[in-house]
Amino acid sequence: MTRVAYLDWNATAPICPEAAAATTDALALLGNASSVHRRGREARRALEAARSEVAALVGARPSEIIFTSGGTEANQLALNGVAGRRVLVSAIEHDSVRLAASGAEVVPATAEGVVDLAALDRLLAADARPALVSLMLANNETGVIQPVAAAARIAHGANALLHCDAVQGAGRLVLDHRALGADLITLSAHKLGGPQGVGALFVAEHVPLAARQTGGGQERGRRGGTENLPGIIGFGAASAAVGRRPSDGERVRRLRDRAEALLTAIAPDAPVYGRDAPRLDNTLAIGMRGVAASTQVMSLDLAGVMVSAGAACSSGKVRRSHVLEAMGVAPAAAESAIRISLGWTSSDADIEQLADAWGALYARTRASAA
Amino acid sequence: MTASFARAQRLPNAAPVYLDYQATTPVDKRVLAEMLPWFTEKFGNPHSLSHAYGREAETAVEQARQEVAASIGAEPREIVFTSGATEANNLAIKGAARLHQPLGRDRIVTVATEHKCVLESAKAMEREGCRVTLLPVDAAGLVDLDKLAAAIDERTVIVSVMAANNEIGVLQPLAEIGALCRERGVLFHSDAAQAVGKVPIDVEAMNIDLLSISAHKLYGPKGVGALYVRRRPRARIAPLFDGGGQERALRSGTLPTPLCVGFGAAARIARAEMDEEGRRLLALRRRFLSGLVARLPEVRLNGDAERRLPGNLNVTFPGVAALDLMAACPGIAVSTGSACTAASVEPSYVLRALGLPEPLAAATLRIGLGRYTTDSEVEFAVDALVSAVRRRGASGG
Repeated sequence: MTRVAYLDWNATAPICPEAAAATTDALALLGNASSVHRRGREARRALEAARSEVAALVGARPSEIIFTSGGTEANQLALNGVAGRRVLVSAIEHDSVRLAASGAEVVPATAEGVVDLAALDRLLAADARPALVSLMLANNETGVIQPVAAAARIAHGANALLHCDAVQGAGRLVLDHRALGADLITLSAHKLGGPQGVGALFVAEHVPLAARQTGGGQERGRRGGTENLPGIIGFGAASAAVGRRPSDGERVRRLRDRAEALLTAIAPDAPVYGRDAPRLDNTLAIGMRGVAASTQVMSLDLAGVMVSAGAACSSGKVRRSHVLEAMGVAPAAAESAIRISLGWTSSDADIEQLADAWGALYARTRASAA
Repeated sequence: MTASFARAQRLPNAAPVYLDYQATTPVDKRVLAEMLPWFTEKFGNPHSLSHAYGREAETAVEQARQEVAASIGAEPREIVFTSGATEANNLAIKGAARLHQPLGRDRIVTVATEHKCVLESAKAMEREGCRVTLLPVDAAGLVDLDKLAAAIDERTVIVSVMAANNEIGVLQPLAEIGALCRERGVLFHSDAAQAVGKVPIDVEAMNIDLLSISAHKLYGPKGVGALYVRRRPRARIAPLFDGGGQERALRSGTLPTPLCVGFGAAARIARAEMDEEGRRLLALRRRFLSGLVARLPEVRLNGDAERRLPGNLNVTFPGVAALDLMAACPGIAVSTGSACTAASVEPSYVLRALGLPEPLAAATLRIGLGRYTTDSEVEFAVDALVSAVRRRGASGG
């Protein structure tokens, strides 16, 4: 059997042992979290303990955390639950932010994949209505870290609120809502070692938020529906594990840099997107000129190397990346870009397997072109 | 020592006997076993079709979709996975109303005894300009078909009537309602969270256009459910939110593979065992009720005695506050009504809709029997309730 190198951590991370144990133990635990009886009270305690652990991840109070079914629901709750504001989103946001609010205005990005703060300032100044600005912590395709704190200062100066989709940054960057200046923060469990099917929205106490999913009044009336208790408990355990995990950033960065060095040595003309911007330690967006991304991922897949051609969404359709487009990358180049993303179990062997497979494909395509 | 032995002996630290199966059900061990690998070694994102981990997850999700579809007589592609029945109900009602409102179809017909999330979704659409008609029920909890027929007009977009009530277990006449809605050209949605896997549901035979299902009510995991969306004739609805475009753009967001797998397994098991389990629960329910009535002749059953879920009882103990009765019976886990409103403990609007006066509604317990309820648990619970009521009577309270 082919050795497997999983290098698609920005799509989903394997569940960490702490979260796996907590989730599967909780699955055996009985009781609806809203019931009044004894087992229900045990469930409620477990729910509130998990809420504290997730709150601690962003330096928030437990009452400021709303559990959702994931990052997408949290994003749409943030952008639609804060009513009566004009919405501005950066051009590189995830689709669940870009498409959440109809009529959202777009803040452009630079060639390095960083939001254009001067443009944000101008857009806010041009219209006096109160606004909500949405800017992600780190981009899912390029890993480029966004100047959220600076954007928050600009937003607050213009009487606007700031929402930060921190799905890709959480667990990888220090994340404190005060330091970021974010009024709302989206989190997803399965990107940081928790189970799929659970996420959260941090909503600062001063922000009024109306429920989008109406129901039995759970989550203090801000999100109806029986809580996914095992998922939430696993999310709590994963959040706590982030704090305990010895900082892995240095090791992951070295591996990522090694991958980048190996691939650019194979193909010196390979563009690395966001290379000169601050990036997540784990992400590498790179292109093989003239070779479609779908060809590259297929070829890597056959060699046991799992990467992606962008975001893992919309039933696997490979579309041209709106992120690269916003960075001004030409369509032909954008169509040959792949995303390589690492995590805490990634190893040198994974990187070597990647380089071997990518190098073999490169050699084949050059030979057939010759 | 086994848990049931501990309970039978009424040891002080034994877990209470669980009789709240309409609030939630434990995950069946067979279901859990199928889910576990998808948490750990098979962790791929089911939308990552560029590699093997993603594709194996996708295959598992599609297998689960098939099993869920089969449990209601639907096609797999008519199943939209959601985070639960609350989201499915929101999606059905808001999605149908928002899509058809601009075309002049802006009326919603539903019933006073629906689950809170159906009523709240309808209310939310009222704020968006729709008109909502709330049909009454009779003393047995059943909707009147003539009143329903009269409530539908040319502007009606959707009729939403639940399959089985979460408090009183009453089964509404879905086939008759479905035929009526089809004839009148309006969408028929049914919240079947309590019914799927407990009583036969067939979306074809019943002419259902939209149907909500919850996994954790049928021995599957929490955090996953589904909306059935009919393809022929097409039930058109708008998504609640946009994003990655999953679930044919009706519901964006990464699907949780382990939860979908658990849902599929639970649906498959329920379908295979429903008849036998239903017969067993019906016998237990009858024994429970006759046990109570024999020793406490004043108790009364709420909701139709026959047309109800096999595992549901809803019983009024006149003169005894339900919360006091629960406190006096720490050995059993029952509830005063639906779990969702239980935290605020307000008198049940479902019982009020049946015409029960408030003092009687406040003296009512919901008793839910399920897959793991045993004969001895039923005996124990009847004893506990009877002696608590009698103690109360003896103390003159």
